[in-house]
Amino acid sequence: MSSPHAEHGDPAVAFETAKLGIWTFLATEVLLFGALFTAYAVYRAKFPALFQAEHLKLDRVLGTVNTVVLITSSLTVVLGVDAVRKGKTRLLQAYYGATVLLGGVFLCVKYVEWTAEFSHGVFPGTNIFFSLYFVMTGLHGLHVFLGMCVLAYVVLLARKGRLSENYTTPVEMSGLYWHFVDLVWIYLLPLLYLIG
Amino acid sequence: MTGNPETGRGYLAERGWRSWAYTLDHKRIGVMYLLTTIAFFLVGGVFALLLRLELLSPQAKYFSDHTYNVFFTLHGAMMIFLFIIPAIPSGLGNFFIPMHIGARDVAFPRLNLASYWVFVAGFLVVLASLVSPMDTGWTFYTPYSAKTGAAVATLSFGIFLIGMSSILTGLNFIVTIHKLRAPGMSWHRLPLFIWGMYSTSIIQVVATPVVGVTFLLLALERLVGVAFFDPAKGGDPVLFQHFFWFYSHPVVYVMILPAMGIVSEVIPVFSRKPIFGYAAIAYSSLAIAFIGFLVWGHHMFTSAMSPLANAIFSFLTFFVAVPTAVKVFNWIATLYKGSITFESPMLYALTFIFLFIIGGLTGPFLAALSTNVQLHDTYFVVAHFHYTMMGGTVMGFFAGLHYWFPKMTGKMLNEKVARIAWALVFIGFNVTFFTMFIVGTRGMPRRYAEYVPKFHAENVVSTVGSAILALGILVMMWNFVQGLRKGARAPGNPWYALSLEWQSASPPETENFHEVPTVTAWPYGYGTPKGPPA
Repeated sequence: MSSPHAEHGDPAVAFETAKLGIWTFLATEVLLFGALFTAYAVYRAKFPALFQAEHLKLDRVLGTVNTVVLITSSLTVVLGVDAVRKGKTRLLQAYYGATVLLGGVFLCVKYVEWTAEFSHGVFPGTNIFFSLYFVMTGLHGLHVFLGMCVLAYVVLLARKGRLSENYTTPVEMSGLYWHFVDLVWIYLLPLLYLIG
Repeated sequence: MTGNPETGRGYLAERGWRSWAYTLDHKRIGVMYLLTTIAFFLVGGVFALLLRLELLSPQAKYFSDHTYNVFFTLHGAMMIFLFIIPAIPSGLGNFFIPMHIGARDVAFPRLNLASYWVFVAGFLVVLASLVSPMDTGWTFYTPYSAKTGAAVATLSFGIFLIGMSSILTGLNFIVTIHKLRAPGMSWHRLPLFIWGMYSTSIIQVVATPVVGVTFLLLALERLVGVAFFDPAKGGDPVLFQHFFWFYSHPVVYVMILPAMGIVSEVIPVFSRKPIFGYAAIAYSSLAIAFIGFLVWGHHMFTSAMSPLANAIFSFLTFFVAVPTAVKVFNWIATLYKGSITFESPMLYALTFIFLFIIGGLTGPFLAALSTNVQLHDTYFVVAHFHYTMMGGTVMGFFAGLHYWFPKMTGKMLNEKVARIAWALVFIGFNVTFFTMFIVGTRGMPRRYAEYVPKFHAENVVSTVGSAILALGILVMMWNFVQGLRKGARAPGNPWYALSLEWQSASPPETENFHEVPTVTAWPYGYGTPKGPPA
């Protein structure tokens, strides 16, 4: 009676409801990052020379490595969703597990980058470029971490046998969230590392 | 889990704090929100009374300037973030959205409960910030907020959590309204309260994250010195104002749209006439929500924006008055030749229209650039937004409380006491705030503990008014308590209303309706063959 799906006994309706919910949530997320992208646009227009000079201090190689890592993780998410739709829940666990792992790799690389920057005396309060850099990558990193938690929970659900080709909702919704987090990075890379 | 029909207590049958703290019932969550937000309303009101007390004399007398600053900050921040934003949407909305659309619950009941507890957590963090209370005003403008000794980072985090709760509630309502409407409940058969709530939810979901990130940046500026709003590092304090008002202007429509929805429900019931201009009222809610996103700059006409930006924001601000006026004309057209009765919900609904017209029509003075420069940050602004927010939203909230009290509690209110309270509130409100228009046009600035002696008489009048207003609200609260304790048993449909919530028992059973209702008509067929006799 108190299950969220009691209202709409039809699983197809429940799926559509969850889908609208997650898309609405992603709209919220777009606005959350949108404020930061707006601030970026304002300050880059105001200080083009500063952005040009400061962005050279970032490690492009590590930035590129992380991009490859995240895009690969989106691929494993897609493969995981495909697996559960075909009822292959063990394969789903493998793919989602791999995604969590890749997320971990991403955060480790980010840690290495931040540590190097701190050791070079570059901090969030150094100037407007590095304020943007640390806040945007930090907030994104937090999203990666939360995404890893959610995906790990989905793996747990699969291990408990709660998922099947008839009930893929948690897999698909968490997958959409992961793609969003990935997409944010796709914008962050050129804006921060590749100003030119 | 089902309420036992024998007890007649419906969804209230289960007892004990666990049955509330862990409930997934939208009605109980709504009631928890209502009680919590009304408590904040009363505390915020006490701060207002203390402000009025200080302003009895032109010189600072009872409190230090700093204490005065803290009081108006706490009054504003509590009333905005803890009362007026959540009260109607999360309180009455939670209770009545599913009932209005014929659903068993909201789309995500667990998320609903989570959003309540996140709200409470946010409040506790706000409480923790009182060790070094805020003195910035509820707008938190940088650079002062980045420098003051107050616990800005803590308070910012608290409001971040409250914002998160607001987003989750809005998300839940959008999905609920889209996906859980009963068979036959097409969009154009939805009660207008739902249209108001739907528009509100969109604003909550789209605007709130921006203020969330803004407060995050403010906290980070204080904690690690990020440069966003710090002019010494190339940051721009005016960017803070843009971000802040990108949320905080649309959010006044989060406050007013649900109240307009309540008025649209109450007016036809108590004039026994179909609502006039249903589609116009419904779509004007969406129009207000949309245009409301484009007018935030009108809070910043004196903040050194470009003249072109000022002119555009000014024009768009005049524009938002159009859908608002559309609603008012439609309500008045609904009243025309109706069989009007003046029960307490109707008194408050009519008060809404009366006060909101005054509040609304003083808006264009502020929207016009030349008069704005004169009136900016004077008591004229204070009067304007209290006429819209208290005269509007809070009166709409009171209308809703009196209208739905029998449904929520199963008890009738003492109508005579309710009308006495209404009279006190109406008189007290106007005496308090109309005088502020007068001193505002004569140049009295807001947010000072002291003022020049020539404004003394008006300020005494205003303080007397605030005491009458407070008395009225106390009588109302007493009436609610008495109604709960020994009110007469409420019938299912005491007002002979047609919308779905009245077709359930009072109080409703846990599952709202015994069977899923099938909807065949809109809910405003009063005085027509489809409606019951008055």
